[in-house]
Amino acid sequence: MKNFIKLFSILVLFFFTITQSNSAEKIDYLKTDWSFKGLFGKFDRGSLQRGYQVYTEVCAACHSMKYLSYRNLGEKGGPEFSEAETKAIAASFEVTDGPNADGEMFERPAKLSDKFVMPYENVKAAQAANGGAYPPDMSVLVKARGGGVDYIYSLLQGYEEVPSGMTLDEGVHYNKYMYGNKIRMSAPLSEDIVEYGDGTKATVEQMSKDVTTFLMWAAEPHLEARHQMGFKAIVYLIILTTLVYFSMKKIWSRVESEV
Amino acid sequence: MSDHEYVPSSKFGKWFNDRLPLLTLASHLTDYPTPKNLNYWWTFGGILTFCLITQIVTGLTLAMHYIAHADMAFESVEHIMRDVNYGWLIRYIHANGASMFFLAVYIHIFRSLFYGSYKSPREIIWIIGIIIYLLMMAAAFMGYVLPWGQMSFWGATVITNLFSAIPLVGEGIVTWLWGGYSVDNPTLTRFFTLHYLIPFLILGLVVLHIWALHVPGNNNPIGIDVKKPSKDTVPFHPYIVIKDGFALLMFMIVFAFFVFYSPNILGHADNYIEANPMVTPAHIVPEWYLLPFYAILRSVPDKLLGVVAMLSAILILAALPWLDTSKIRSAVFRPLYKQFYWILVADVLILGYIGAMPAEGLYLLIARVATAYYFLHFLVILPVLGFKEKTIPVPLSITEPILGGSPNLAMAKNKESLDK
Repeated sequence: MKNFIKLFSILVLFFFTITQSNSAEKIDYLKTDWSFKGLFGKFDRGSLQRGYQVYTEVCAACHSMKYLSYRNLGEKGGPEFSEAETKAIAASFEVTDGPNADGEMFERPAKLSDKFVMPYENVKAAQAANGGAYPPDMSVLVKARGGGVDYIYSLLQGYEEVPSGMTLDEGVHYNKYMYGNKIRMSAPLSEDIVEYGDGTKATVEQMSKDVTTFLMWAAEPHLEARHQMGFKAIVYLIILTTLVYFSMKKIWSRVESEV
Repeated sequence: MSDHEYVPSSKFGKWFNDRLPLLTLASHLTDYPTPKNLNYWWTFGGILTFCLITQIVTGLTLAMHYIAHADMAFESVEHIMRDVNYGWLIRYIHANGASMFFLAVYIHIFRSLFYGSYKSPREIIWIIGIIIYLLMMAAAFMGYVLPWGQMSFWGATVITNLFSAIPLVGEGIVTWLWGGYSVDNPTLTRFFTLHYLIPFLILGLVVLHIWALHVPGNNNPIGIDVKKPSKDTVPFHPYIVIKDGFALLMFMIVFAFFVFYSPNILGHADNYIEANPMVTPAHIVPEWYLLPFYAILRSVPDKLLGVVAMLSAILILAALPWLDTSKIRSAVFRPLYKQFYWILVADVLILGYIGAMPAEGLYLLIARVATAYYFLHFLVILPVLGFKEKTIPVPLSITEPILGGSPNLAMAKNKESLDK
């Protein structure tokens, strides 16, 4: 039993190291405290709401978020805007609907059930407007990058002067955390580019944290439910395992053999 | 297999059982005499059955919401993750379940290797097991393609392209597999169909695997034949049922940690980028459980020989009962084999690590040495060891004291723990 546990845990640990080590080259990303990490991790509601503001006022100019609907903004475990606020947010966007009875397409304000309106009609249009680079869809962006939230958080703050001896093409910027250090996106955030309603100072660091939190939620909208259920499931399993262990001991005590 | 003939107590039971002896089967399964010294490495058979059932049940549920179309697959997975009730839970169980399945199967296989469970009279059980393992790899590979992310697409491209190494007909086979001239919608739909089919083939083979097991009965840590039923055995129920149950619960705790707290750690980030035939990812890496074979594939400079080496690495296992010439089953009584066993374990782990690294420089060199050693182990070391090795005398039974000064089980056990 002891040997078994020892070996089994070595295996599981090895498993972790292998998967960790192949996920990315080791880069020292900027660190911050993420409220959504850990056994009981939850999103910071204020940060999510501010993050949505940064997304919609800054990122959404180029980046789509096509798998989200406006209703998601009011759902439990998300930014949890009130129903009125969520409806108002949706109504501030125009969507094309139709065809109507005359066979015409028409514009109408978005409803809760509509998907987030995309800044460009299609990938080609997005590329044409951005010097050939496609601003990736942000729905699952956090999960689609090796460093996850730390990577996004660092990238947003990683814009620096081009080091001497390095020349960049027109429309390319230097970013310390970008793969190859060359990025098409110009520094998106600058101090006070948005004005937070709750009085939080809109520093680049603060906005990076808020928008990254928002992106994490966008990629994992059920993260809070997952953490809550996970804790319950594991506590349940541990109790059941303990009970079964003692039952097993009792049953096996009938034969003189070691369990 | 039990000595006594089962007679149902009720009249209806008897009537039914005479026509379809399900009750006899149930009685056989509960009474099935099992060696009482089985350790926890023997619980993975039950765990694997659980994994298979979990994959089938979650898979069926996912299939109700998934759309096998190149333009819609990625979106439908996001739909499952966001809008289907507990879709995130079902998908994360299914995705991590594949990894847990392989973790368990590797433990199961290496347990067989340590205790010589593949030896006579259990060769057929072993070969069925290898076929199951092959089918598992096929199912896992095709399952990974279904979300239609970047790794799905490029993994499928790399692996299916291996067939082009076959002389003359290779290119034709690849086109036939793809259903076109590149990995595209026809590839996705056929992979989905096969991914749906294979688990049921596995299920059928699992029944045969267990059936074949119930003919000679379980091997055991000291690897001797036990008289059944006798003082050396316990009935399957309740002794083994509760022990397997306990081990399964422990396994489920590990499983739950992955599902609830790091559901994406075993996958590759690139698979959350929708498949794009125009953009090749920097490193195309298969899932962790295929990495040792990927390392073997890449360690051979020639494409065809690489494919041959990779396939041989798996198929050589089927010949194991005849490559291992030793009559002694358990490594407990084979001091030399035991050492080579652990070297092989290390070798496979190294291959797995290298498989995730770029194939260049030192990595490539290590991969070549490790690949060579892998084949050396099976083709040279094992056959020779059977003739040269001086084994420790084996006890005659699990419980009976041994005549003639052979070490008893307690001593053997002590020795085993000292060695570790």
